[in-house]
Amino acid sequence: MCGIVGIYLKNKKLSKDLGKYLTGMMEGMATRGPDSAGFAIYSNNKKSKEYKYSICLLNDFSFSAFKKIITKKFKKLKLKQHSDHVVITSEENPKKLLSFISSEIKDVSLVGYGKSIEIFKQVGNPRDVIKNFQLDKFSGTHAIGHTRMATESAITTNGSHPYSTGQDECLVHNGSLSNHNNLRRNLIKQGQTFGSQNDTEVAAGYISNSLSKKISLKDTLVNGLKDLDGFYTFITGTKEGFAIVRDEIACKPAVIAETNDYVAIASEFQAMAHLPGVNAAKIFEPEPGVVYSWGK
Amino acid sequence: MGEVIKLDLKKKSLRDVNSVLQNLDPKSNLRNYLISNPSGNHAVCAGLKDEMEVTVKGHVGYYCAGMNQKALVTIEGNVGTGVAENMMSGKVHVKGNASQSAGATAHGGTLVIDGDTSSRCGISMKGIDIIVKGSVGHMSAFMAQSGNMVVCGDAGEALGDSLYEAKLFVRGSVKSLGADCEEKKVTKKDLELLTSLLKKGNIKNVKPKDFKKYGSAKKLYNFNIDNVSEY
Repeated sequence: MCGIVGIYLKNKKLSKDLGKYLTGMMEGMATRGPDSAGFAIYSNNKKSKEYKYSICLLNDFSFSAFKKIITKKFKKLKLKQHSDHVVITSEENPKKLLSFISSEIKDVSLVGYGKSIEIFKQVGNPRDVIKNFQLDKFSGTHAIGHTRMATESAITTNGSHPYSTGQDECLVHNGSLSNHNNLRRNLIKQGQTFGSQNDTEVAAGYISNSLSKKISLKDTLVNGLKDLDGFYTFITGTKEGFAIVRDEIACKPAVIAETNDYVAIASEFQAMAHLPGVNAAKIFEPEPGVVYSWGK
Repeated sequence: MGEVIKLDLKKKSLRDVNSVLQNLDPKSNLRNYLISNPSGNHAVCAGLKDEMEVTVKGHVGYYCAGMNQKALVTIEGNVGTGVAENMMSGKVHVKGNASQSAGATAHGGTLVIDGDTSSRCGISMKGIDIIVKGSVGHMSAFMAQSGNMVVCGDAGEALGDSLYEAKLFVRGSVKSLGADCEEKKVTKKDLELLTSLLKKGNIKNVKPKDFKKYGSAKKLYNFNIDNVSEY
């Protein structure tokens, strides 16, 4: 099963309410995915040199211990704790900071990084997860969320969505892929790295790998219809917006509601029933094998 | 139309609302209901078995009016997967669009959809009349066994794959026919049937002679070793 949701604000005045909207959407999809949940929030960052790193603390590694190690090495950092995650904001060179974290700090994993993305995921019922992260307090331009009913790999934070395999990129998936092992091997040969045995991470890596070759997101997803074998509805986020695509068989559901203020996507309409003006929205199901995108 | 009893899904639980409708006093003459705030809930009006009229104001989720018998259910909005699935009798009228598997496996009754349906409309239908004013998605009428499907718009890929005795009428284009489905000659009897079906759907500006008819070629009807690759 699994539930996927996404919201893109056309009316920038609503940015304060982004977290609130996504909270209701995640709650609406809790029944489709009670094992774990995650979400990515995109917001405009005016300081163009700044990067944000979303880090998950593992094995009860404390925020204060993490802070002590990282601030000893890097001086100009802002740290903010969200449940078992830390968001680092820094103008430091990403390569330098990421290689320090991966080589010097054992009990952490990088969930994602970029100039506008913040990304959080946790094992547990989505209703608890969104409370732990206080999702309703977030503001931003667009957001993507996932509630997971585990099938392909274990119930762990690593096995939870969204998957971020490139700067400011993320992917959520409802479905399962059947050729992910082969694809993973091919992508590893091309330099892509993976942190789990999960099928969706392979699709995320496939997209990142293609985007890194300057192939547009739309063309990447169209090529994916040939290369990714299995059942899926994907929502993929970038710095500027998001896109949705369903496989040609289209067993995995999706419904889109569009108003002058926002575009909302969810696995089921009940996840959007709380959104303002949704009953008067243009509501439609994305056609099989067609890429729909908003933002650039 | 007499008194209308209002049921608000914001104030009452789905189970309570369905329980009211599933357990009508046989002696009661109050049989008009209005359900408000469905908010995409699943299984709204599922399992109704008595004569009554229910109007649902808004969009609903999966399996709306599933297993219906005798009731007339009108949805003033869109419906999710499997509307009127396994319906036995009665009528379900969707004023918006329907998601996949509308009228799946239904044995009888009438399903009218004013908008479009997505894939697999009428999958394994067993006697229902499905009347769609818009278009239907891919794999519609897959393994349809009996009953009639009328599509005023277009049909998607693989219409009527592995079809049995159901009759399919499409006014617009058909993207492709499924295995063992072929175009049939429209007889005078078919035109009479279409006239009555269009009347059931309250469709006025459409002429029966504009439709093409599709049915089973019966090559896969009984197992034949020469066709093994087709199964």
